[in-house]
Amino acid sequence: MTETIENVQTQANRNEALLSVRDLRVTFQRHGEKPFVAVDGVSFDVRPGETVGLVGESGCGKSVTSLAIMGLLPRRGVKVEGEVDFQGTDLLRQSDDQMRDRRGRDLGMIFQDPLSSLNPVVPIGVQVTEVLERHRGMSRKAATPVAREMLDKVGIPDPERRLKDYPHQLSGGMRQRALIAMALACQPRVLIADEPTTALDVTIQAQILALLKDLVEDTGTALVMITHDLGVVAGLCDRVNVLYGGKIVERGDRHPLFASPRHPYTVGLLGSIPRLDGTRGERLTPIPGSVSDNLPWDSACAFAPRCPNAIEVCREARPELLDDGGGRWLRCHNPVENPLEVTR
Amino acid sequence: MTPNPLKTQADRRKERIDDLAATAGGSPSGTVTGAGEIEESPGVSLIASAWRRLRRNPVFLVGAGITLAFVVLAIIAPWIAPHDPTQGLLLDKVRQQSNPIPGSEPGFPLGADNRGRDLLSRLLVGAQQTLIVGVGATVIGLVGGLTLGTLAGAFGGWVDSFIMRIVDVMLSIPSLLLAMSLAAVAARPSQMTVILAIAIVEIPIFARLLRGSMLAVRSSDHVLAARALGVKQSAVVFRHIIPNSLAPVIVQATIVLATAIIDAAALSFLGLGNPDDRKPEWGQMLGASQEFLGDHPHLAFYPAACIIIVALGFTLMGESLREALDPKSRR
Ligand SMILES: Nc1ncnc2c1ncn2[C@@H]1O[C@H](COP(=O)(O)OP(=O)(O)O)[C@@H](O)[C@H]1O
Ligand code: SF4
Ligand SMILES: [Mg+2]
Repeated sequence: MTETIENVQTQANRNEALLSVRDLRVTFQRHGEKPFVAVDGVSFDVRPGETVGLVGESGCGKSVTSLAIMGLLPRRGVKVEGEVDFQGTDLLRQSDDQMRDRRGRDLGMIFQDPLSSLNPVVPIGVQVTEVLERHRGMSRKAATPVAREMLDKVGIPDPERRLKDYPHQLSGGMRQRALIAMALACQPRVLIADEPTTALDVTIQAQILALLKDLVEDTGTALVMITHDLGVVAGLCDRVNVLYGGKIVERGDRHPLFASPRHPYTVGLLGSIPRLDGTRGERLTPIPGSVSDNLPWDSACAFAPRCPNAIEVCREARPELLDDGGGRWLRCHNPVENPLEVTR
Repeated sequence: MTPNPLKTQADRRKERIDDLAATAGGSPSGTVTGAGEIEESPGVSLIASAWRRLRRNPVFLVGAGITLAFVVLAIIAPWIAPHDPTQGLLLDKVRQQSNPIPGSEPGFPLGADNRGRDLLSRLLVGAQQTLIVGVGATVIGLVGGLTLGTLAGAFGGWVDSFIMRIVDVMLSIPSLLLAMSLAAVAARPSQMTVILAIAIVEIPIFARLLRGSMLAVRSSDHVLAARALGVKQSAVVFRHIIPNSLAPVIVQATIVLATAIIDAAALSFLGLGNPDDRKPEWGQMLGASQEFLGDHPHLAFYPAACIIIVALGFTLMGESLREALDPKSRR
């Protein structure tokens, strides 16, 4: 029933949403193994020009969610249910060929490790023109100046020379810029960035995030920002979805969510970010335990064994994702008090 | 490590191929740990570091030196050979009863064979035949193996099962036995039938290897990234998978060349090669020497030594390349 409340609310947003993920469920079924639900009823909307964060610890289902949206999960051994509405078409019901036409044209994606995401034996220029040849029907010759312009746009100095370079000749940051150039070459409406800065140095991370922000603001591209680091989404996202064990546990607008996280898991995540000003998390408090302690969502809160706020009901009944009345969605029986409310 | 005695030779052969195939594709996806550390990057840097290790490896240098010397000698043999290897220049010295094999004399450092032909010139020009047979067989084997491996690796499904079933059956037959059987069924033995017989034996090796390394590369990050850009299936295979799957194949080719040279010699020795002895060939020279083995062992020694040294050169080079590429093979 609670899902219905959410549906009613999102029904209103639906028309404006560019990408609307509804009740996405991904189950891995290996031969002779028990099925494993990696993504368990995830729903979120992304509007044009908006940046939406998907945050959670490693293994919570972020990459699987993005691969499911892109249609990049293998057909065999994987069951994908739900709906991924993109401008009125359900991407989960498109054929392989239709999805191949959309990827790189309507939907772009960038990955975690820029070096291994580039083909080591093909020059950068060829890898950028390849997308243009594929989706714009350009010749290699016609596509080359466009590719050069793209490299320039993503802040790669001396793009003419870089076109001929191989990936190992570029620095980590430059490689990620090149991948962004490839993903954005055909101006997709949606860009999914799966931990785009995890493999980079801290100083480069900030540059790449700033670049992504500029690019999506310029073109009105919707950005789905995936990370295990709340610090990354802090400066970038309009809305943040916190994922735990394949389910969204908290969702809210960026500012209120950071000012007053209410789900104990979000509080824990924020506590483990180093803060320069020392206002919060002076001591880095990592969340105790690991995802291997999780309880099954069917009959409990998966987070209960690790949760400082856990009460009896947490081990007996599944919490549902509910609106707290102020635009914040929570899946929790005993959320942290809202400090803003308390002071009011 | 002690080899498992229960494992058959065919299983070990397959395992060796699969170990080498697994070196393609670099690190598996998701090597970034939770803390954001990355393992050593794959691809070109892997090859670069392999090369750095090779340059200081004496085994590789010796192997490469022998190989280079052999190839150069084989190519320039017709110009540096002191005499025409087909002419019985010392025929008048051949005495059927007392002295069938003329010994060395000025201008003929190694003497001549029973038809008065200069032995040194025959060995040199024989190198050329050996090179032609070895390279010819390996090139044909590569083309055939790469075609089958590509079909299997690209299509998967029943095409894959069908091709790999045949490949595995062929791999389970000892290679020389298979080559002999193939060469023996040829109506008119010739250099070409030797090349073809050896090539056919090599095809399954390359097919299994390429398919294995394509599978390893197919699940790599950059192939996923290419698919995320909507790159067509054919371009994914031919631009993104195959070029990155070839390093193990090239390494294997040098090892296979050694086997091809030995197998070719064995076939000629057994009389399954070119019957025309005007074209000197080491294996066939070795075969012809049997008649005089008691009194003139040098006739057998020289071609045998050539075969062993050249095969050793290719093997040392190939094995050290393999080792540099696949740390697991360093046992
Ligand atoms: N191909 C697969 N087969 C089986 N399980 C998988 C597969 N891919 C991912 N998983 C599992 O799904 C869960 C979510 O993975 P993933 O989405 O990659 O996590 P992350 O949030 O770190 O990106 C993990 O527990 C992982 O083990
Ligand atoms: S439902 Fe209970 S266990 Fe789960 S997060 Fe909330 S308080 Fe903690
Ligand atoms: Mg991930």
